[in-house]
Amino acid sequence: MKSSVITFPGSNCDRDMDVALKKFGFKNKMVWHDDIELPKSDLVVLPGGFSYGDYLRCGSMASKSKIMKSIINFANSGGMVMGICNGFQILVETGLVPGVLLRNKYLEFICKNVFVKIKNKQNTYFKNIDNDVLEFHIAHNEGNYFCTKDQLKEIEDNEQVAINYCNKSGNTEEQFNPNGSIKNIAGIFNKEKNVLGMMPHPERMIDPSLSGEDGSIFFNNLINNLK
Amino acid sequence: MIVNEQLAIDHGLKKDEYAKICELLKRTPNITELGIFSAMWNEHCSYKSSRLHLKKLPIKGKQVIQGPGENAGVVDIGDNDAIVFKIESHNHPSFIEPYQGAATGVGGIMRDVFTMGARPIANLNSIHFGSPQHKKTKNLLRGVVHGIGGYGNCMGVPTIAGQTNFDSSYNGNILVNAMTLGLVKKDKIFYSKAAGLNKPVIYVGSKTGRDGIHGASMASASFDEKIEEKKPTVQVGDPFTEKLLLEACLELMAGDSIIAIQDMGAAGLTSSSIEMASKGNLGIEINLNKVPCRETKMSPYEIMLSESQERMLIVLENGKEDQAKKIFDKWNLDFAVIGKTTKSKKIELYFDDEKVADIPVNILVENSPMYDRKWKKSKLPKKNKIKKEDLKNLKIIDVLKKVLSNPNVCSKDWIWQQYDHTVMGDTIQKPGGDSGVVRVHGTDKAVAASVDSSAVYCWAHPLTGGKQIVCESFRNLISVGAKPVAITNCLNFGSPENEENMGEFVECVQGIGEAAEYLNFPVVSGNVSFYNQTKEEGIKPTPTIGGVGLIKKYKKMITMDFKEVDNIVLAIGKTEGHIDQSLFARHILNEKNGPPPEINLFNEKNNGETLLKLIDAGHIKSAHDVSIGGIITAVSKMCIKGNKGIDLKKPKYLINEIEYFFAEDQGRYIIEVSKDSLKKVTDVLNKNAVHFDELGTINEDKLFINDKTKVSIDELKTSNTNWLTNYMSK
Repeated sequence: MKSSVITFPGSNCDRDMDVALKKFGFKNKMVWHDDIELPKSDLVVLPGGFSYGDYLRCGSMASKSKIMKSIINFANSGGMVMGICNGFQILVETGLVPGVLLRNKYLEFICKNVFVKIKNKQNTYFKNIDNDVLEFHIAHNEGNYFCTKDQLKEIEDNEQVAINYCNKSGNTEEQFNPNGSIKNIAGIFNKEKNVLGMMPHPERMIDPSLSGEDGSIFFNNLINNLK
Repeated sequence: MIVNEQLAIDHGLKKDEYAKICELLKRTPNITELGIFSAMWNEHCSYKSSRLHLKKLPIKGKQVIQGPGENAGVVDIGDNDAIVFKIESHNHPSFIEPYQGAATGVGGIMRDVFTMGARPIANLNSIHFGSPQHKKTKNLLRGVVHGIGGYGNCMGVPTIAGQTNFDSSYNGNILVNAMTLGLVKKDKIFYSKAAGLNKPVIYVGSKTGRDGIHGASMASASFDEKIEEKKPTVQVGDPFTEKLLLEACLELMAGDSIIAIQDMGAAGLTSSSIEMASKGNLGIEINLNKVPCRETKMSPYEIMLSESQERMLIVLENGKEDQAKKIFDKWNLDFAVIGKTTKSKKIELYFDDEKVADIPVNILVENSPMYDRKWKKSKLPKKNKIKKEDLKNLKIIDVLKKVLSNPNVCSKDWIWQQYDHTVMGDTIQKPGGDSGVVRVHGTDKAVAASVDSSAVYCWAHPLTGGKQIVCESFRNLISVGAKPVAITNCLNFGSPENEENMGEFVECVQGIGEAAEYLNFPVVSGNVSFYNQTKEEGIKPTPTIGGVGLIKKYKKMITMDFKEVDNIVLAIGKTEGHIDQSLFARHILNEKNGPPPEINLFNEKNNGETLLKLIDAGHIKSAHDVSIGGIITAVSKMCIKGNKGIDLKKPKYLINEIEYFFAEDQGRYIIEVSKDSLKKVTDVLNKNAVHFDELGTINEDKLFINDKTKVSIDELKTSNTNWLTNYMSK
């Protein structure tokens, strides 16, 4: 399986994602934001970080980079595109997934482990995962997902919610919401479910020596589903 | 502008220093030259009050590749890998403008590290604030934490450990000390020594603006009621540009075009150019019209003294300019050839076709003032006699809860959850343990680091206090299973012109030196921050030690949380019952006098090395050093972290329960061992003549003391975790 990780000026989880993808068997290529052509890929990842220093709005300048045109075309023709953290912010700025990401409710950066409940398993990302709850890791300042009432209805009608913040046993009450996201939303799909944006970093959970191993479940499953 | 003695004094120079400048130059300096002298000869850049004493620190060891004098120290960790590290203060700016002050402190120290060719892999910080009740404390704390996070998070470098203290002596002068570790191949280390004639001098990074002019001079003076006016001397950071600069520099460094490189930190273009010339015994000629400026009509004086951030000065090989420029263009950074190296051994500046400065480099560097300041020796205070009736009415659990919720003991989750501590995917021990630990990417090795200070001990007796912090750093590294390698120090003191403050400095340095020498734990880099005082009131002497250790097999690392019910808990090291200057004495008995606990370097080394052997052999399940709050505080933290309880028993000593549990004797650790390996462990301890006490057995969820007193771990956890969050949300 071939993957591409895009490096924008200010990306800082690009190497981590490269390490993770390779660990689970992807042949990964790093792609520079200023390139025009996307290499042949089964998966494109927009990594975390602070593209363009988060200036103007998180993700907004990166969403206008040269490479994004090819990525948008790739996504619109059904290609798998995953945005993590800042990558999610870039995805909402391109409009590939609906909604916006506001500053965290308590106006502070949060770096910690969280639990997420998989809401929809009818897609290439989560199909065949046995677990209903995964332990992931978040590290962000602007992860407070927001959309209008009409958008929310549409998102729910189309089953576009991918994961919700919850506790260990899968309870998605408001108290387990770390950043104020509407309906505890931690990640969403586009209508077709080939584009996924999420705030948590599965790439930081791929080794028992790190914060946890549930990222390994995610990546192993993803590559198997792509095969 | 006419340069005269008064103008020199306004620049922070002393009368006799100005006279010396005129004598050395054999003329009156012009305004640009005066600015340059004031920047180079202030305390911050010249170390004029401290140099004499710093010379006594042990800086050698077979692990040392580069000691003090470069941008950062470098130590060998085997397999052609080396760790570059340093700690630096940004105290004065952080008090004036906490967010930017702290942010640029973090930015500056990372630049020091990547200037040497190393990719930063971990950040740490030590921050000290005034009393929690002081009106400024909360906002300063919030601003500093946001600033540290704002910069480090954006750079994508994990903040893996830190230390936060509160004491009223910092009411008017907070401390912000930032430390960075970087990883480099031993044969790809870059230095600041220029070499070769007519080599191009290159400016890269951000444009120069009017921010931070005279920042270093500001940091070399005490505060008064007009500090708010000094806000423009604080630099403004842009971590995004620094991230680009980091990537661009590392890309350029992968080739062979750099002769020397130096970041523009304190005193900006002035100190960077002079440093490179001085080390290379060369001259440098710069055309200031070529310096990329952010603002119009900047004068030579302003260009030379600006402390705009995220800039570097590079001496390149001839003919490599285009290749280098391409890299900086790719990263959207300014690149300008601004001058060349010369044989004149002078710093010669041109602006609008006029020569605006012409100073022999050696005058600025070698002839810079050095003072043997008067200092006062401290006496060891007399021991207090604790009255038995003072202890009688104390309930041990109540005292323990008070200690656990003390601002200097309580959990600092509110702070470190705002720092990205997991980016780069190698953090294997997060903040909140004895040391932060990161793997050396792609290897079996890991590097541990800790920052420590003990201002109360240093204040009570500087010599003992100086030794103690080095030992504490040593213990924090051992506690995670790391072999201590070397240290960096950040020496925060009051005015060197005050004999008592100077005495504190001299004796703390002596203590640091003695312990570092004995423990083979050399000082490879550091920084001095004097004048941490407002009007006449100085801070408690606060040397901060940043220690670095190596774990050869990262899977052998251990943490402090209790692991398993029925395992046995031992205290290593002898408890004599030293209460003076303990948290217990100061906050429960309200007794502020008396000597700090004694340091026995033989025991420190022996206890530590023996424990390290036991950890390496896989016999230790968890370990934690005993520091403020004594044995019971250390044990409680291990219970809280591991969600386990303990049946604690005081050994049959002559000292009473309170003394045993809250004493702050040194050289001690708490360890957890399984029943099966208990005999092996005690045999090794006995064989090495290490004193130990058996403290008890781990249980599910309660702390029992001598079978009679009990408290649930949840209750202790609440005491320990709530204080800071409640304080910040009020």
